[in-house]
Amino acid sequence: MTAFVQPVHASHWWQSRAARRFMSHHLALLGLAMIICLVLACIFAPYLLPYDSLYIDLRARFAPPFTGGHIFGTDPLGRDVAARLFEAGRISLLVGFFAMVLSTLVGTLVGVIAGYRGGWVGAVLMRVVDGFLAFPSIFLLLALAAALRPSPLMVTVLIAVTSWMQVARIVEAEVRSLREREFVLAGRMLGLSGTHLMFREILPNAVGPIIVTATLTVAHAILLEAYISFLGYGIQPPVPSWGNMLQGAQQYLGNAPWLAIVPGAMITIAVTSFNFIGDGLRDALDVRGDQI
Amino acid sequence: MRSFLINRLFQSIVLLVMVSIIGFVILNLIPGGPLAQYGLDPGMTQDDMARITEQLGLNRPLWVQYFDWAWRLLQGDWGTSFRDGAPVLSVIGRHVFATLLLMGTSTAIAMTVGIWIGIRGATRRYSVFDYAATVGAMVALSIPTFWFGLVGIYVFSLQLGWLPAGNMYKIGDGSFLNYLHHLILPSAVLALVHIAIWSRYMRSATLDAISQDYVKTARAKGLSERRVILKHVVGNALLPMITLAGIQLPSILTGALVTETVFTWPGMGRLFLDSLGYSDYPVVMGLLIFSAIIVILGNLIADIVVAIVDPRIRLA
Repeated sequence: MTAFVQPVHASHWWQSRAARRFMSHHLALLGLAMIICLVLACIFAPYLLPYDSLYIDLRARFAPPFTGGHIFGTDPLGRDVAARLFEAGRISLLVGFFAMVLSTLVGTLVGVIAGYRGGWVGAVLMRVVDGFLAFPSIFLLLALAAALRPSPLMVTVLIAVTSWMQVARIVEAEVRSLREREFVLAGRMLGLSGTHLMFREILPNAVGPIIVTATLTVAHAILLEAYISFLGYGIQPPVPSWGNMLQGAQQYLGNAPWLAIVPGAMITIAVTSFNFIGDGLRDALDVRGDQI
Repeated sequence: MRSFLINRLFQSIVLLVMVSIIGFVILNLIPGGPLAQYGLDPGMTQDDMARITEQLGLNRPLWVQYFDWAWRLLQGDWGTSFRDGAPVLSVIGRHVFATLLLMGTSTAIAMTVGIWIGIRGATRRYSVFDYAATVGAMVALSIPTFWFGLVGIYVFSLQLGWLPAGNMYKIGDGSFLNYLHHLILPSAVLALVHIAIWSRYMRSATLDAISQDYVKTARAKGLSERRVILKHVVGNALLPMITLAGIQLPSILTGALVTETVFTWPGMGRLFLDSLGYSDYPVVMGLLIFSAIIVILGNLIADIVVAIVDPRIRLA
């Protein structure tokens, strides 16, 4: 019943039609390769670089890139930007990943219940979704983050709180259309419980859209984290994140542009990669969608 | 048409109620709740706090407080700013114009360019242009707006010196050209993401329209390809774009706020951040509710416009 890994002719999932289609999607492969490189770099680079991310060298403040062993230069405290960049990548990618996991869980749960139950339960749940979607997400996120003095865990939770609605909408629509299909009716005849039908019979058939949305949610979560950290309400220094490395970069834009350009380019690369992968998955899993 | 309007209006009101409930819950989630500001004053005693709680009616059941709060919102009493004691609505009112100006200009740019790219991509499907536009759109969607703003400032203000790095106008120079000069960079930065979105939607809407029977008929009549595309295809493909404009509102608004913070643009985004900095919760809450209302109204208007333009809905 699992739509994604269902082997029809092939004996292994990687020989399935979806996997073959994904492998022929050049942009998706490029995205996947870039993410793998990025993750490996974030794990190992801090051990390979000549400077520690916390090492402050006041004689080497604002060193331009490629001087004194600083590939990406140094920041206003003389810390190595490259070392901080990869440390920050760990935080930013982890926050993005776990925010995706949380919001996908919540969104799927709400979507499945709303879509399967329908009636007033479904109506109320979907109106809550609409209500959350009516707020500009950044406003909501900043208001909550400012009030709650965030740790990295809290930032993750808050990003999930402001981005679960898209998943909920997609799952709801999917489940609503699956609910009347023969295999569900058959399950009902057999006396299977609602919970069993929802999560064991219907949900596996809605996995495609969920995977695609989840991938795009990682991209979105990384952007949200970057923005609130840039404004000083997200990940707090000295813990580096791509967003808070940009904090204060604007005032040094004239003399030390690399402080702004390097972390931003990193965010763009990571987010683009996830969007490419999401696009490839959409094609591979046959998910309808007009949007990118 | 009438039942459609009534139905749609009813939905919007339900949504407004939902938004106000979410807003109220958030207000009470903040540690200290509506009393947060008073707690910051070191001279406050337990008795003072109890007295204020009593005065503000915070010892009543939550649902009574909600109805009281919602009723005051309806009457236009959105509280007063902690910062300068001005009514929240008038504080917001002072900043609305700047945000709307930025949003409007940038949407005009994004629609024009995005729709053009979308039509061209769809009519020359799988061409180099189409492929470049597809990849370009995905990259554009991935660039953080605020960072793109910084890069724009670096290139066009600091290196080339062509455009101002921020603010809406030069003090003492209220001329139209001066406004325009300050508007170019932020609205172009804000437009980038939306050009990507508009071009993707327009491309798929154009492709949908091209495969319709009436297009075949138009071609069979011997109309020129240009006329077929401009009149029969684009005319119909533009219809879903009106709905899209409504759907895109929260994202345009969010983008505008992000752009404002980088360009010190005196709009609602700037006001929101300043108010957060001062823990000015009445204004923060006011802006949250106000922006949600703009979004709901925008969607309602978009749906009504579609209903007016589209005979299938108008005559139904």
